[in-house]
Amino acid sequence: MNTIIISTASITVITAIFAVLLTIADRTIGNYGQVKLTINEEKEYTVDGGSSLLSTLISEKIFIPSACGGKGTCGYCKVQIHDGGGPVLATELPFLSQEELDDHVRLSCQCKVKQDIKIEIPDELFNVKEFEATVESIEVLTDTIKKLRFRLPEGEEISFKPGQYVQLKAPLYEGNDEEVYRAYSIASSPTEKTHLELIIGFVPEGIATTYVHHHLEEGDKVTINGPFGDFYYQDTDAEMIMVATGTGVAPILSLLNYMKDNDIKRKARFYFGAKTPDDLFMLDYFKHLEETLYDFKFVPTLSRIKDDDTSWSGEKGRVNNAIDKLLEENDNQEAYLCGNEQMIDSVVKSLTNKGVKEEKIYYDKF
Amino acid sequence: MIELNPMVIFIAAIFTNNMILSNFLGMCSFVAVSKEINTSLGLGQAVTFVLAGTSIINYLVYHHILVPYNLEFLRFIIFIISIAAFVQLIEMIMEKYIPNLYYALGIFLPLITVNCAILGVSLFMIIREYSFLQSFAFAVGSGIGWTMAIVALAGIRQRLKRATVPKGLEGPGITLIVTGLMAMAFIGFSGIVQIQ
Repeated sequence: MNTIIISTASITVITAIFAVLLTIADRTIGNYGQVKLTINEEKEYTVDGGSSLLSTLISEKIFIPSACGGKGTCGYCKVQIHDGGGPVLATELPFLSQEELDDHVRLSCQCKVKQDIKIEIPDELFNVKEFEATVESIEVLTDTIKKLRFRLPEGEEISFKPGQYVQLKAPLYEGNDEEVYRAYSIASSPTEKTHLELIIGFVPEGIATTYVHHHLEEGDKVTINGPFGDFYYQDTDAEMIMVATGTGVAPILSLLNYMKDNDIKRKARFYFGAKTPDDLFMLDYFKHLEETLYDFKFVPTLSRIKDDDTSWSGEKGRVNNAIDKLLEENDNQEAYLCGNEQMIDSVVKSLTNKGVKEEKIYYDKF
Repeated sequence: MIELNPMVIFIAAIFTNNMILSNFLGMCSFVAVSKEINTSLGLGQAVTFVLAGTSIINYLVYHHILVPYNLEFLRFIIFIISIAAFVQLIEMIMEKYIPNLYYALGIFLPLITVNCAILGVSLFMIIREYSFLQSFAFAVGSGIGWTMAIVALAGIRQRLKRATVPKGLEGPGITLIVTGLMAMAFIGFSGIVQIQ
């Protein structure tokens, strides 16, 4: 009995001594004092040195996209460091191309702030905020797709361009032991600044989608940050060709809602590709948009339906076949594509065949 | 036990009782960080330094805390704790004052905490009942021996890059084979001095 007490006590004491020593060391040696952080040569912040650039930026309310939470495994948190970043670490090399190395691009989660540092980030990242949003409603669209409506905290607003995305944090839950951020396109209109709508499909064993589909309930709070992304509405007078499959409908919805709210008079065609009638959703809403928008046609097309099936009167085949068949050539067109890689690659091919300029094709692959 | 000259222990720890090549301790970082001579030299120096430091700490802790209270059986856990704390401390100091070495070793330093060669040295010096000076010589010698082995391996691996290795043996596979061959070559030293 005595031995147990003595050994427990001595381990505790020795561990405590080491812990105290380390804490003192952390306060003295690990203390880098205050350093100056200069962003884009205009904004200056005085920050505490010693932690990673990513967490320093987060504490200054500047959110760099990052899916892995600073572990150096996703490679999203790239920033340009002009001065004071130290040499590139071995942990960053797998994520950086030669071109990026020449441009002094670094992973902000791996780079520690220890001296005055000068970095460059895209201006729109200043607009990124983090919100503690509340789930207002959950609507089941298909067997695997849900639409969620979030209410931002009282008095907070988000301003974004239609087509951009936000990141949703999947917290720890039973069966998941790591916090991750996953990107979802915003489906609601930017005119609605206090609410956000996301369309989220279920991916088997997906950390965030399992959380959304099996754990999230109305009234729950979630952490969202954004907006991010260079796929957004272009303010031109060109005819708009929109193509989406599955949850790729979300950013297209945002574009259409934006056009409706602002009474934009542009010709627009939306090709919605799906396998079976069960995979289509919000058909009534698109019907309604056809009536209210200036010149909008909704073209659902199904790839897994028999040729002699009479219950379906719409287009049959893959979505690029529908474009081959229906799209009229015109030298003033731009395209917005959102969906999986194969769909986008084949649609880009169909569009360029029809004479749509490649630089006028905007897409969001996932 | 014959009273060995610390110098003898020092030489023996480098050649005949090499931590890697005769005891096969510290293999994980040995295989993982032996791609380039510069990096492995840096890691070897860090290991030598940590070995020297932890052997002193562990010697004092063992003989002045554990033995008086009959707590020798706690040595495994205590040694691991003190090694971990020491490595943490070294990491902080290196990051601040020797940044170049830190950038070269940065992510590998935590590996030293779980480097079994370090725990091995602390345990051997207790088991073999070394005096303080003998322990220190043994630790430094083991560190130098470890460095020598990893640098030699890195040199071989740099040359191996240009060789055609069968697909299934690429990376760790061929490294372990090379290590085995090096260990056999080191048997040649065993005539010089012997400890244990």
